[in-house]
Parts: sequence; structure tokens; C-alpha cells
Amino acid sequence: MATVSLKNLVKKYGHLEVVHAINLDVADREFVALVGPSGCGKSTTLRMIAGLEAISGGHIHIGDREVNNLPPRQRNISMVFQSYALYPHMTVAENMGFSLKIAGKSQDEIASAVADAAKTLGLEELLDRRPSQLSGGQRQRVAMGRAIVRHPDVFLFDEPLSNLDAKLRMQMRTEIKKLHAKVQSTVIYVTHDQVEAMTLADRIVIMRDGHIEQVGPPEEVFRRPATRFVAGFIGSPTMNLHNAVVSDGRLVFANGDTLPLPAQFKDRVSAGQKVIFGLRPDDLYPTGHGIHSGEAAEVHAVEVPVSLTEPLGNETLVFAEFAGQDWISRMLNPKPLRVGDRINLSFDLSQSHLFDAASEKSLRG
Amino acid sequence: MRGWKPAPHILLLLPAFVVLAAVVVVPLLLSLYSSFTPFRLTRPDSIYTFIGFRNYLRLFADQEFWVAFGRTVLLLTIALNLEMVLGLFLALLVEKATRGQRLLRTIMMFPMMFSPILVGFQFKFMFNDNIGLVNNALQSLGLTDRAIPWLIDSQLAFTSILIAEIWSSTSVFAIFILAGLMAMPKEPLEAAKVDGCTPLQSFRYVTWPFIMPFAYIAMTIRSLDIARAYDIVKIMTDGGPAKRTEILWTLISRTAYSDARMGLANAMAYVAIFLSILFTILFFRQLAKARQQIGAEW
Repeated sequence: MATVSLKNLVKKYGHLEVVHAINLDVADREFVALVGPSGCGKSTTLRMIAGLEAISGGHIHIGDREVNNLPPRQRNISMVFQSYALYPHMTVAENMGFSLKIAGKSQDEIASAVADAAKTLGLEELLDRRPSQLSGGQRQRVAMGRAIVRHPDVFLFDEPLSNLDAKLRMQMRTEIKKLHAKVQSTVIYVTHDQVEAMTLADRIVIMRDGHIEQVGPPEEVFRRPATRFVAGFIGSPTMNLHNAVVSDGRLVFANGDTLPLPAQFKDRVSAGQKVIFGLRPDDLYPTGHGIHSGEAAEVHAVEVPVSLTEPLGNETLVFAEFAGQDWISRMLNPKPLRVGDRINLSFDLSQSHLFDAASEKSLRG
Repeated sequence: MRGWKPAPHILLLLPAFVVLAAVVVVPLLLSLYSSFTPFRLTRPDSIYTFIGFRNYLRLFADQEFWVAFGRTVLLLTIALNLEMVLGLFLALLVEKATRGQRLLRTIMMFPMMFSPILVGFQFKFMFNDNIGLVNNALQSLGLTDRAIPWLIDSQLAFTSILIAEIWSSTSVFAIFILAGLMAMPKEPLEAAKVDGCTPLQSFRYVTWPFIMPFAYIAMTIRSLDIARAYDIVKIMTDGGPAKRTEILWTLISRTAYSDARMGLANAMAYVAIFLSILFTILFFRQLAKARQQIGAEW
């Protein structure tokens, strides 16, 4: 068990800098997810922590040891790879016990450690099989077994579920969460899937182009995104984000349509300021079909035409046209709608977000 | 022939059968038959005298044959092992190269581009005791003041042949093993690093098992090559002097053409082929085992 701390960590490939002096402190036993689109530097960061990539600047501490120049084997970490990276010529048991064998542990110790891990992961039946005889989910589980037998200081997961189909992914997600509750160790988990990050992590680190955009608990990055990028990245369906200009206490969109300026931002914007207005589909709903039972304090209703519907059973995503653009709204207790129908759309402005158009930073206090 | 109407598929396959029979089956059967006769090229009618297994019985008692046989196996064993080790090192080095790997691969294959006859001549010249480069170099460096009889002393001549053979064919191993290294997924190696392996342990436990099948393929090919080695030896020493470097096929060709005893030579050839088949079976077994081990899907 250990803390992990990154200080001004830099990675360059030749002249190209891909990770720009990032800082992050991971507490002992914390589950931290690094999330971002591909190419944002999250995997590179993880690989630097693992020691598989040399660092170009800054410091990495695991516990109170600086590990900048230590090879992976001296960092006491274990890693689960996207492609599982099992040893194809070894059985499941040999795969899981390999690190202990290298560490010079006795046969008995290895056998009992492997048996423990196999029990935790439900792999007892498969110990004599080879990786080629296993399904994707089983291989993934073996990869995790290999990671836990060593009781490392830190677990590193590099997009461990990306190769699984949707159903299995959900199942394994639950298992990883249970596993973390059981083994109680520090985890750094890389994923491009924001749902995985939200459901698993104690804290989420959102990365973009080699920078950290925001760090915070799932609830916080969802409720209070610090930048436009985070607002658009976290949450499904994505937040409605549209450009507007502040004028006379209203938000004026490109085609001249307006919305009242949300009360909480009244003192934070100036007339003529270019902003980006954001509203989650949950806070935009056909009147009478919202999440909140009663009408919330600051609701503004507009009559708009429906441009598309996506029925999901218990709810329908309604795409409606307002201010010349499509807005996604979530309709609970759905009733049938047809394209072209005109509906009353409720904007819950108390839940809205406003970002400065130039800096893309949140204008919330 | 009236009334004989072969099915179309048989008719269409017939030309292939005829050609195969003419160039493979008939010569094979004829040579097998002639190994049971005292056939001499100088006395064509001797091919009709059937003598049963007398040629074979004679071979089994023939010390000269068994010495050549043993020498061939020895050459095969030493050359295969050394080529394997050298090829492995070569492949590992080339694989590490980040720039110019294509160029290195091409250069590495140069020895394979030369005809073995020319390789033989080249090494015959280099190892010549009077005018050869090797003695010249050794003497210039002051390591010896004698003319070392490279191609005359029995053991030195064997070594010289071995060197020529290894020089010309190590790249076969290097190419196959390099192919294996390049096809190898990189993640298990990274996993091994994280699991605590030193570079040597990574090689021992992860890389080696993976490239083993490739090494076995190279071994199979090379064992057939060396079991039928002829050209380099023919040029460098011609099995001599005084049969000190005689190997199977130099002996067989001498028996067949110089001594004109074709029947006996064919009997020898069949024993030699038996040796090749044995090695092939051996290596293919190993290959199958190694492939199964790494769960290869080919």
C-alpha cells in the first residue's frame, strides 16, 4: 500500500512533448481513474509510473521512494494490460505465480498465493488451462489474478476492459470494484470510457492533450465541470453546449433566440461577453417529463419542434431544435412523439453551466 | 480403347500424374531397384543382376562408410548448434537496431546470396596454407611463424569446412528468429518487466519460448541442408586429403561416378536419406510441441 505522487511530470518524444508537467497526488488505497480521449497522454502517464517509459522531466514518488530511474521490477507495482499480456506458453497457474517464482518464493508459497487469488477471482477450475483456451473475460481475470498475487504497492490498469464486449465489460467493471473493496490497495486506472471512470473511481483525473483539465470525485466533475471540455466529456448523453452572447440579462444565440441569463451567473458575466451555455439532457425535458417531481425554481419553457427521437424504453432521448441547433433532452415516462411535433421544452436554468468562450473555463464561482 | 471413358476429373489430372511419374516416381523406383544390383556405369547389363541386400550388408560392415556417416552427423550437430547460437545473437542485435534495420537485414542475408561452390572456392583460397589470407594474417600479426596446414590436417580441415558452412548459413537462423522476434507481441515482455524479470529472465521465460518454434523450423531446413552437404566440401577438400574430411555425399558421388559403382552408391544414398528423414521427424515433433506451448494459431 502506498501513495503515488507525480511532480511536474514531463514526457517528450524527441522534440514533441506529449505530457506537459502534470502534478497529481494519489492517496493510499485510493482508486484514481485517468480518463480522456485517445492521445491525451493518460496511457503514457501510466506507463511512466510503471517504469515502462522513461520520464523526460519531473519526479515520481511511490510511497516515500523516488522511483524516477528505477526499472519496473524495483517499483513493486503490478499492471493489467489492455491486451491481457498473458504468457501464452504458461498455464493460468503459472501465469499467476510467475512473479513469485521470479522473486524466488518457494513452491508452497506460490501455490497458496495462486490458490487465494484464484478463489477471489473464481478461476479455480481454470488453473491448468493455457491462455489460448480461455475466453476474453477469463483472460482478463487471469491478468488481474497475476496482478493481485504479489500484493503490490500500486495497481496499474491500462484500459483493461476495452477488449471485452459491452455486457462483459459491465460485469467485469463490477468485479473490479468488488476486488478493490476486498484488496484495499492504491489503484491507478486508465480508461477512455467516462462511465467506467465514474462508476469505479474515488477521484477522476480528466486529461486532454497532455494536460490535466480537472481532478475531483465523480460527483464533482459531473456537477461542476471546470472547463467546457470536461463538461462535454463527462456524462452520457453529452451536455448540450452552445455559443451565446450576454446581452441585457439574456443569453442571445447565433440565430437571435434567447434564454434568460441564469440567476447564479448574473454577477459573473458582463454585457457583450461571449460564453458557452451548457445544460445536461437531464435538466432539459419536455414539460412534465423531467427528473424533478415538482417544477424546479428556475425553469424556462420554450415551444420547439422535435427533430429526432431515440426511445430507450424507460425514457426517450428527444432531439429538439432551438436557436437553430439540435438540443438533446431526456424524456421520462415517455409518450410517443413524431418528428415535427411541437413540444414544450423546459430548461432548468438552475442546473445550467456557463463557460467563457475564449478560455473555456467555467464561470461558476 | 473403345468404350474406355475416364471421368473428366481423372482425365484432367492425368498430365500431372504422368509428369510426376516421369520425373519422380520412376527415377525413385529405378534407383531403389538398382541399389539391389551390382550396377556399374561401365557395365550397363549389370543392372539386370539382382543381388538382394548384398550392397546394404556390405555397407553395414564398411568402416569407411560409417566414418563418413559419423562425420556428417558430427558436422550437422556442431554446425546446427553454432549457427543457432550465432543466429540468435545476430537476430537479437538486429532487432535492437532502431535505424537501418532493413539495410542490416539485407546485409545479413548476403552470404545466402552466394553459390555454395563460390563460398567453397573463397574459403579454399583463404585457408590455403601458402597464399591464404588466414595464414597471412596470423603471420603478419606475429601469432605464428609457421604455415598452418588448414585444409590438410584432419581436424583443421573439418574446422575450416565448418567455418565456411557456418559463415554461409547462419543467416538462415537469424532470419527465422528475427521473424519470430518481430511477430512476438510486446505486452508479455512488458508484463514480465513489471513482474520483476531482469532482461535475462525476460529472455529466458518469455522471449525464448516464443521464438523456439521459429528456431526449430530453421533447424529442420538446415539439417536437411547439411545432411546433403556436398558442394563446399567438394571444392574445399574433396573429402581429402586421404579421406580425412570425407562426408556422406562426397563418398556417395565418388562411389557412383569415380568408382562407377552405381548400385552401391544408391544403397548409400538411401541410408543417407533415412538419416535426413530421421532428423526431420525429430525437429517436426519438437516444432509441434513448441507451437502448442505458445498456443500458436498457425
